[in-house]
Amino acid sequence: MHATDWLQFALFLGALTLITKPLGLYLLQVLDPAGRTWLDPVLKPLEKLTYKLLGVDPRREQDWKQYTCAMLAFSLAGVVFTYAILRLQGVLPFNPQGLPGLSHHLAFNTAVSFMTNTNWQSYGGESTVSYFSQMVGLTFHNFTSAAAGIGIAAALVRGISNRKTNFQVRSPNAHDGSPNPTNLEVRFTLGNFWADLVRCTYYLLLPICVVFAIFLVSQGMIQNFDPYTKVKTLEGAEQVIAQGPMASQIPIKMLGTNGGGFMNANAAHPFENPTPLSNFFQMLAILAIGSGLTYYLGRMVKNQAHGWAVWAAMMVLFVGAAVTCAHFEAGERVFQLVPETATTEPTSLETRFTLDGNMEGKETRFGTFGSSLFATVTTAASCGAVNAMHDSFTPIGGLVPLFLMQLGEVVIGGVGAGLYGMLVFVVLAVFIAGLMVGRTPEYLGKKIQAKEVKLAMLSLLVLTASILGFTAWACVSDWGVVGLNNAGPHGLSEMLYAYSSTTGNNGSAFAGLTANTPWYNTTLGFAMLIGRFLMIVPVMALAGSFAAKQAAPAGPGTFPVHGATFTILLIGTVLLIGALNFLPALALGPIVEHFLMGKGGLF
Amino acid sequence: MSHKPTPLFDASILVPAIGGAFQKLDPRLMVKNPVMFVTLVGAVLTTVSIFTARTDYGFIIQLSLWLWFTVLFANFAEAVAEGRGKAQADSLRKARKDTMARRLHNSAESSVPASALEKGDLVVCEAGDVIPADGEVIEGIASVDEASITGESAPVIRESGGDRSAVTGGTRVISDRIVVRITSEKGNTFLDRMIAMVEGAKRQKTPNEIALTILLSAMTLIFLLVTITLKPFGIYSGITFSTPVLVALLVCLIPTTIGGLLSAIGISGIDRLIRRNVMATSGRAVEAAGDIDVLLLDKTGTITIGNRMASDFRPANGVTEHQLADAAQLASLADETPEGRSIVVLAKEKFNIRGRELAHPHAIFVPFTAQTRMSGVDLDGRSIRKGAADSMKSHIEGQGGTYPAEVAKAVEAASRAGRTPLIVAEGCKVLGVVELKDVVKGGIKDRFARLRKMGIKTVMITGDNPMTAAAIAAEAGVDDFMAQATPEDKLQRIRAEQAEGHLVAMTGDGTNDAPALAQADVGVAMNTGTQAAREAGNMVDLDSNPTKLIEIVEIGKQLLMTRGSLTTFSIANDIAKYFAIIPAMLMATFPVIAPLNVMGLASPQSAILSAVIFNALIIIALIPLALKGVTYKPMGAAAVLHRNLLVYGLGGVLVPFVGIKAIDVLITTLHLA
Repeated sequence: MHATDWLQFALFLGALTLITKPLGLYLLQVLDPAGRTWLDPVLKPLEKLTYKLLGVDPRREQDWKQYTCAMLAFSLAGVVFTYAILRLQGVLPFNPQGLPGLSHHLAFNTAVSFMTNTNWQSYGGESTVSYFSQMVGLTFHNFTSAAAGIGIAAALVRGISNRKTNFQVRSPNAHDGSPNPTNLEVRFTLGNFWADLVRCTYYLLLPICVVFAIFLVSQGMIQNFDPYTKVKTLEGAEQVIAQGPMASQIPIKMLGTNGGGFMNANAAHPFENPTPLSNFFQMLAILAIGSGLTYYLGRMVKNQAHGWAVWAAMMVLFVGAAVTCAHFEAGERVFQLVPETATTEPTSLETRFTLDGNMEGKETRFGTFGSSLFATVTTAASCGAVNAMHDSFTPIGGLVPLFLMQLGEVVIGGVGAGLYGMLVFVVLAVFIAGLMVGRTPEYLGKKIQAKEVKLAMLSLLVLTASILGFTAWACVSDWGVVGLNNAGPHGLSEMLYAYSSTTGNNGSAFAGLTANTPWYNTTLGFAMLIGRFLMIVPVMALAGSFAAKQAAPAGPGTFPVHGATFTILLIGTVLLIGALNFLPALALGPIVEHFLMGKGGLF
Repeated sequence: MSHKPTPLFDASILVPAIGGAFQKLDPRLMVKNPVMFVTLVGAVLTTVSIFTARTDYGFIIQLSLWLWFTVLFANFAEAVAEGRGKAQADSLRKARKDTMARRLHNSAESSVPASALEKGDLVVCEAGDVIPADGEVIEGIASVDEASITGESAPVIRESGGDRSAVTGGTRVISDRIVVRITSEKGNTFLDRMIAMVEGAKRQKTPNEIALTILLSAMTLIFLLVTITLKPFGIYSGITFSTPVLVALLVCLIPTTIGGLLSAIGISGIDRLIRRNVMATSGRAVEAAGDIDVLLLDKTGTITIGNRMASDFRPANGVTEHQLADAAQLASLADETPEGRSIVVLAKEKFNIRGRELAHPHAIFVPFTAQTRMSGVDLDGRSIRKGAADSMKSHIEGQGGTYPAEVAKAVEAASRAGRTPLIVAEGCKVLGVVELKDVVKGGIKDRFARLRKMGIKTVMITGDNPMTAAAIAAEAGVDDFMAQATPEDKLQRIRAEQAEGHLVAMTGDGTNDAPALAQADVGVAMNTGTQAAREAGNMVDLDSNPTKLIEIVEIGKQLLMTRGSLTTFSIANDIAKYFAIIPAMLMATFPVIAPLNVMGLASPQSAILSAVIFNALIIIALIPLALKGVTYKPMGAAAVLHRNLLVYGLGGVLVPFVGIKAIDVLITTLHLA
């Protein structure tokens, strides 16, 4: 890594640190139905109107089952809506290229993909979906799936924080209609899904996206409804340059950690990511809300040091991953690409490698560092936008994004998903190590007992089973192997990456895998569904279980969930569980490839 | 019952435990421990593959042997822990030998076997009789030898009414005669329950153990997935992983160390408690003891030694301290209460005034009555009285004397300092004030400081007035106190603390303590207490030492710490095992992977074998730790966490690297692999 790379990295980390607190404070207002923001004069009427149209009462608190059911119902409606649009796009407007409807398996895969905040794309944007599908079918999910994710995280945090809601339940036989005070019931509620959904979308995502879109246009991003431009290149060849309403879609793609590209080339495309500056802010947008949510956590549980400890654990893992990836991509290791007659001096090829790093599959305007950092950011979060071909990374450079996804994308992570994923690890870390202080483990005063351990392990088990199970299935099936561009360990990495990405709701592709086949579309679709909902349901049950618990007051005998020891413990737990579950598979993929490359073996 | 600490490895326990280890191979028992059950299935699969394999017989045979050892070692650990309890149960059983009881029916005595007694029967016990079953003394007073239960040779007094009415079956009456009403059902006496408890017969998993078992089972399931999916990954990569090798990987990864030792840890925790003469009614109570963060302690007997002692003489104006001491001693000569005796002793110590002959011909002693609320002596025309300030004041003023202001001031000062003032007067002249003081037990302040470090709040309960209570509380270093507390106040306080999320422990002995004992998360009843108290609490302290509560909390904490530490150690071990096994599994197909073999293990087979052997031996190596518990030091949670993470977390990462390498060197030298 060059000095300029370090400078860019420092600037990035500095900027991320600076926005964490203000964003966290803003989230605190957004996620409180009675919260106040400076946008209230403009958005409050819109918010109220939305509730009226939806027929919901935002102040009506929901318990974990009601909240989860609302979320599932909303997701189901959304996926049907998008599936219909994609299938019918041929007859729908804003389709200057006359693109036909999608096949049933691709439409299923794509609808699921956007609804689950994954944005895995088995298709190329410009050659498959119309402007209408992009704007209505897909961007809609980019906003709502992000808002739903934030809502789930907020619900879990509300469950952990010691808040109870008193409900006045109207007595069924009270004919005078007055609430019977003896029927005061304490219910353990987690907020209101509809309020979270609407408020996150209106007050958080939309305003930032508007500002961000204008900035991106200033950098050269396009926003139009034109048909694709046909141009003659200098060599005289004919080239089609895709157009479209891009600036309205890209900000939320990053901010909502969606990652689904407008174009097939995603953020490597000059329109989608025109300058190093746009690259910088796109990366920042990916991690912004996830980072701010840790501050929100600290505020809500009235232990800001805990919020920062979780943030610190995320940041240490992030910096470690980014530096590892960048180091291997910068090619500071000397690869022995020595010809058969290895008696000569080191070849010029080797020298070039050392100087410029691994530039294969990377954009010159971002360089190796801008690409490695982007790859780390996009997989640390569950974004999945890419500005380089991860397939072309060195084995260890490619292992970093793969491993980050397998950890469950808890290194800051996707909006909401990162926090609730990390909190599952916190629960496990506190349980395992908490016994060591000689008490029934408590997380912020709430006992972790059989039920909580069961739920936390269940979500972990689901993640592992989906990634390893589907990959194992694919790698011994004809339908799996036929889609591979590369043989050997690299081929295994491609499959492992695909299922890690979809299960983790990341959506980035290693490339090199032809996934638009019925088998892949279907299995990847199920991996996305499993990764999203079989994770959310246990997490929400965990939230409900925590909410019903009485918190013990903190004292010197309480397990400390702040400070360096806790941060190290959390990092250890995340790494250990991730490493233990996936090391054998990784050993057969990128690790063995790394050693083979050292001996000159390429795939 | 012998209370000598049994050595950890006693042949009389170890030899039967070896047999026990084999008996426990019964799959119906094994399935209760999912981790070890999976290991058992692995051992069976590997053994079967000896017959199907075509090569590497030596390797597979050794591998299956070590897998069987892993299971047997874990069973052995449990058997040793149980054996230690059984040894105690046997000595308890001796006390349960069937005795004849003298049943009282319509005031006619008949001899029946103890086993025929019903709840509610009345029996007579005289000197030399063994009390046939648990009951309550309803008539008489007797000294009882309870050594068979408590190991304490000094006899204790049991009498009808009051707080010392409970008697235990199997104890022996030494003097006098009592009538006992049987309170226990057949086969469910205190002794029966005690035997069941130490034998672990009724042992149920505690909430924490259940949660930990879920974690370990889920991890086992995940590693099962990891290992099974490795087979297709291998097929894709052109490697055939044999069943024994996959089983070896699986067994090394699943947390066999903690899985194998978990029940031994639980049994030995209860065992440690019994060794300190505390009977818990359930393992759950022991675990709850570790969670306690509020201790309610009775002042008398726990914080202070039983009685108040005279500490100072404060003469009135015009009276010397010597005169006051002399008069006070005279007034107390016939006072047999500990307070009275302490006045005699103090006068002797301070002014060398000898206790005079009680049988003075002209001395008329005036005993304390509830009406006068004073006592004293009439001697040679002198009338000396001592008593509480208010009753003395009315006594003096009734005789036309004056109650001096400086005495009133001294009384107030004494009260404020937590002392009990007694006024001494001769005739109608006030001589001064004798101060009685509660004596705080030596070392108790340090103990409370230790508890505070552990995050436990101590609350002193006393019937004293708030001023006195505050002073003693300050001297003893408790965090809070409840003055003029009634048993109902105690119950209220426990409820209030629990409503705030605290877990409360308390001790008690009286029947009126029973509701509070039942409400507390840990209620320790004194063995000398009433049957009601002993039924209400979830522990009984056979030594009837209220300070024991502190040790109980420490044992509970140690139990949880041992579980946590060994879990952390077990999981951290996996890193080294991966570095041993994964390169070994891939070496044949991808020799380039050699750099991952960081330990430089000799061959793939020796690497796998070393990891499996280490995995088995570590169980044996940790049995003493599981039985004794990890070192416990009272410090804050943060410090404990820091220390244990270093020892068992970091240690757990590093130790197996050294261990596996050493085993590899050994088996390579011995040409075993």
